[in-house]
Amino acid sequence: MIQVEGLSKKYARHVAVDDISFSVEKGDIVGFLGPNGAGKTTTMRVLTCFLPPTAGKASVGGFDVFEQPFEVKKRMGYLPEAPPLYPEMSVQDYLMFVARLKNVPSSEVKTRTEQVMERCSVADVKTKLISKLSKGYRQRVGLAQAIIHNPDVLILDEPTSGLDPKQITETRELIKSLSGEHTIILSTHILPEVEAVCRKVIIINRGRLVATDSVEHLKSSGLGNTFQVQVDTATLADSGTVQRRLEQVAGVSKVVEKTLSDGKFVFEVDGLPDRSPRADVARAIVQAGWNLLELKSTTLSLEEVYLQLTGGNTQSSPAVVDGGVA
Amino acid sequence: MRNIWTVCRRELYAYFVSPIAWVLLTIFAFLSGVFTYDLSALFVRSSLESQMSGQSFPMNVNEQIIAPLFSNIAVIGLFLIPLITMRLFAEEKRQGTIELLVTSPIHDLEIVIGKWLSSVLMYGALLLVLFIDFAFLFLYGHPDWKPVATGFLGLLLLGSCLLALGTFVSTLTRNQIVAGAICFAASLLLWIASWSSYSNSPVAQFFYQLSVVSHLDSFSRGVIDTKDLIYYFSMIFFGLFLTSRSLESLRWRA
Repeated sequence: MIQVEGLSKKYARHVAVDDISFSVEKGDIVGFLGPNGAGKTTTMRVLTCFLPPTAGKASVGGFDVFEQPFEVKKRMGYLPEAPPLYPEMSVQDYLMFVARLKNVPSSEVKTRTEQVMERCSVADVKTKLISKLSKGYRQRVGLAQAIIHNPDVLILDEPTSGLDPKQITETRELIKSLSGEHTIILSTHILPEVEAVCRKVIIINRGRLVATDSVEHLKSSGLGNTFQVQVDTATLADSGTVQRRLEQVAGVSKVVEKTLSDGKFVFEVDGLPDRSPRADVARAIVQAGWNLLELKSTTLSLEEVYLQLTGGNTQSSPAVVDGGVA
Repeated sequence: MRNIWTVCRRELYAYFVSPIAWVLLTIFAFLSGVFTYDLSALFVRSSLESQMSGQSFPMNVNEQIIAPLFSNIAVIGLFLIPLITMRLFAEEKRQGTIELLVTSPIHDLEIVIGKWLSSVLMYGALLLVLFIDFAFLFLYGHPDWKPVATGFLGLLLLGSCLLALGTFVSTLTRNQIVAGAICFAASLLLWIASWSSYSNSPVAQFFYQLSVVSHLDSFSRGVIDTKDLIYYFSMIFFGLFLTSRSLESLRWRA
């Protein structure tokens, strides 16, 4: 649905987006992740035909954003970071105006407006002036204007910024409920949001693409090949011995002792990138006559993956997350 | 066509829902009323004086009230036009709503014409107020209606051309005050260019012809001169052309 190839955007003094390529399939819901100033908004503005790219190509639904912006715009719903609302208009008048602007046929303007107001639960304030609305309502009116012409693609720039926790949950639910009919790209720097809403993540940092993967994949195998073993030596050996033994296993790159309590030791084992030494580690423990109590893979939380990828905090060791939490 | 009307309609909504339109209408009604009263009073006094002195000078409502009234109203326009146009793009840029317009399936030119047309209609609404003043002139005098009609046409054209200029200036900044000030300064320059008519040098004549008011005179005398029509239409075209170029350049500069 969305194809981006070698996209760059240079401003007078700095490069905002540098040679980014990715693609989004129809019906996907993709999180666009990066620290502030990473180039998220710029990329989105290129996709919405607001800014022309300096180099590279981007297309939406097979139409190039630069060559055929009209076709792209027809299929595109866009919610900028600040919802583009006219404070002096009432919610209903505003949405009808946007519907006309987005080429909704005159006969359907009224019904479409009613529909999106229901959908985004703003029908109760339809005669209120936008200037009188709370932030949460404004955001929902913003979403309503983005979906009013039933676009194939939805681009949402930080749709939950500045909302209170309840509103954030509501907005996320709303976005999730939209994902069936629309292909959605949403930008954010809130990681739980991506885990809660998106199926796929695109991480960019300083204008460069750092990762593009599914949320699950990125968390489990993308970076670490780390697992945790719990060993009961029944006082036959001390932790140092066990650690040395584990380090000798082929394919193990690092062993870190975590905790110990009456003869049970917990180690975190890092495997080399392309090998999984789990079976070998298990065999080594059993052959040494110790009891292997537990062997589980630890997944990085998305937060840690993100920090590692964006260079925020490369030193921190991966934390253990229970397998079930995702 | 439908897109132009969509944009225009929203702008009219913005004018008339906010106090802008009502404040402008009030100011305009008051000032044009004062001018009408002044000119009529002067006319009545000189007509009495000519009767008492025994000599009868030919008195003419068209020449002595209506023609000067049109030039006075053009001056009010000079002050009010920047107030009409300054918000057109500057406000959208500040609010961020410009992103909605330029990411919608609508041509830049449709946005520009829609906005300019709304300002012309707003200005037209001001001119409608003049019908009150003219009602009195027609009630108590017997002016010829044809110079009145051409005068209105001239005012409308003069206004449209300054409004096109103001629309352009509004795309240059996100600050409404700056947009208004630049528009006022530019209009004033186009105005005072006509003061060079006292000299006969080609340069002075050039500036005289460049001025927006020098082309109004023939309209208020009841003459529709092709030269003036061409002047106003080309100024409007030029202003709107600059506006659409400037709007397009926003994308490259943003």
